[in-house]
Amino acid sequence: MYLEQIELQNFKNYASLSLHFTPGIQALVGENGSGKTNLLDAIHYLSLTKSAFNPIDQQNIRHHEGYFTIKGVFKRENSPETVFCGYEKARKKIIRHNELTYEKVSQHIGRFPVVMIAPQDQDLILEGSEARRRFFDSVIAQIDAEYLQNLLHYQYYLQQRNALLKTYYEQRQWDEDLCQTYDAGMLHFGQKIYARRQHFLQDFQPFFQSQYQQLAGQKESPQLSYHSDFGQTDIAQAFIKAREADQRLQRTTVGIHRDDFIFQLESYPLKKFGSQGQQKSYLLALKLAQFAIVRQELALKPILLLDDIFDKLDDARMQALVEMVSQQTFGQIFLTDARPERSLSVLAALNTEKQMFFIQQGKLNKTQIF
Amino acid sequence: MQVFASKLIENAVQEIAKLPGIGSKTALRLVLHLLKQNETTTLALTEALRRLRQDIQYCRHCHFIADAPECSICLARHRDRSLVCVVESPQDVMAVENTAQYQGLYHVLGGVISPMAGVSPSDLKIDTLVERVQKSECKEVIFALSPTMEGDTTTFYITKKLRDFPLKISTIARGVPIGSELEYADEITLGRSILTRTSYE
Repeated sequence: MYLEQIELQNFKNYASLSLHFTPGIQALVGENGSGKTNLLDAIHYLSLTKSAFNPIDQQNIRHHEGYFTIKGVFKRENSPETVFCGYEKARKKIIRHNELTYEKVSQHIGRFPVVMIAPQDQDLILEGSEARRRFFDSVIAQIDAEYLQNLLHYQYYLQQRNALLKTYYEQRQWDEDLCQTYDAGMLHFGQKIYARRQHFLQDFQPFFQSQYQQLAGQKESPQLSYHSDFGQTDIAQAFIKAREADQRLQRTTVGIHRDDFIFQLESYPLKKFGSQGQQKSYLLALKLAQFAIVRQELALKPILLLDDIFDKLDDARMQALVEMVSQQTFGQIFLTDARPERSLSVLAALNTEKQMFFIQQGKLNKTQIF
Repeated sequence: MQVFASKLIENAVQEIAKLPGIGSKTALRLVLHLLKQNETTTLALTEALRRLRQDIQYCRHCHFIADAPECSICLARHRDRSLVCVVESPQDVMAVENTAQYQGLYHVLGGVISPMAGVSPSDLKIDTLVERVQKSECKEVIFALSPTMEGDTTTFYITKKLRDFPLKISTIARGVPIGSELEYADEITLGRSILTRTSYE
């Protein structure tokens, strides 16, 4: 599966753009602010029906315009499939697959998988547990449609329960039966989510380990572990035990919404003790493992989106990555670079189909096949 | 804002446009229609509405709409008093009645529980239901609430309240609508109806 064509209208800094791609490497080059990353984001949008950087669609419209559209033509086993995403101010966004509008946007997730590697990835290490949950949730959702439904159901019970705790705080009337009703919902769906996350991590682990070894060599051992309140022996009891704290804080303090994924290197927290380079290797290994597991589960190669990757990597890691590319590990690759000559020299040695797009202020300047 | 020739018309239009499903254009059409008719037509309408508002009562047993302290269903001799069907609104009573398949009594909750929407159990007629099944000859409570998460939560909650009484508790079946095509049924409903299939007799 690969993206053959993309058409943008009023998306971010593009007024109107139409590009054709080949199944190989597509390098997008141009100065800072020219719109390279926005183009990657448009591809991300086609796959996951949202921007990788800004969840507010209104702000993804080009300044002074009222709507944006993104149209993509994917090729899967030689037959074209079109995906259309459109958003108009104050309207619901529309996602169409082969001219048909989806009833639920969630049906689209996983059909055209992408893996994006961007400078923002370091939020996974630096930010709180929510960023890590979001990352793993989005990977699992790409390979398991039911997972997303379970998450939504869990979220519903959590919100109702928190609303109940707030009303209690204001009115001082406690309804234990109602709280237990929401506990039961959270326990039911929480258990499913817990089991899926645990199972996923078991599958994910070997991919992650081997990617890290390839990038950084045998000398370091990274650890990735999953921590959840649901790991306790009696989680139902834990909900009851937290009752008083919940009432005081007006929110639910136990549950799957507080899970965390722990990143460590030689048993020490990566955030505090990992060097810049080690952190980069860790993140890259996470993303490449994501690529590997999606490829295995869906039996197709996700499109790889590499944003400013050359700035992030030293020569050794770059070499490791280029080697993986040359071994046909990946399918179609989009990458951005502010320095065309660097991309040319890195990619020149590769025996893959390559195209370079020179982008200037939201317009295509020229195309070069090399 | 539309300009009306008369303040009287404007007032009437504004009042009628407050009704669900009626915009100001339709309201104006209705008002002009009433003016064209005899005066008695309008007075009959206002009188009917006034009496509706002032005289309507809610049944003291089941909270269904009634003209007297007890509704016609609760008063009917032939109905099976061992069955109570729990519904959200008076419309739901009418919907079940229209099936002509049910001969028991009802209980109208007046809504479903949702703390997010500001509806707590005390806003609904749950206490009277618990009291009622305790004191009456009720043997089975049938939940006929909408198959939404709020509906399911409400069923679960009330079931908790009723657990100490010797009652049979049931909910209406969920499945594929009769006369529809299987291939067009939504996945969740179809999946559920496979899981809760009934044996063929």
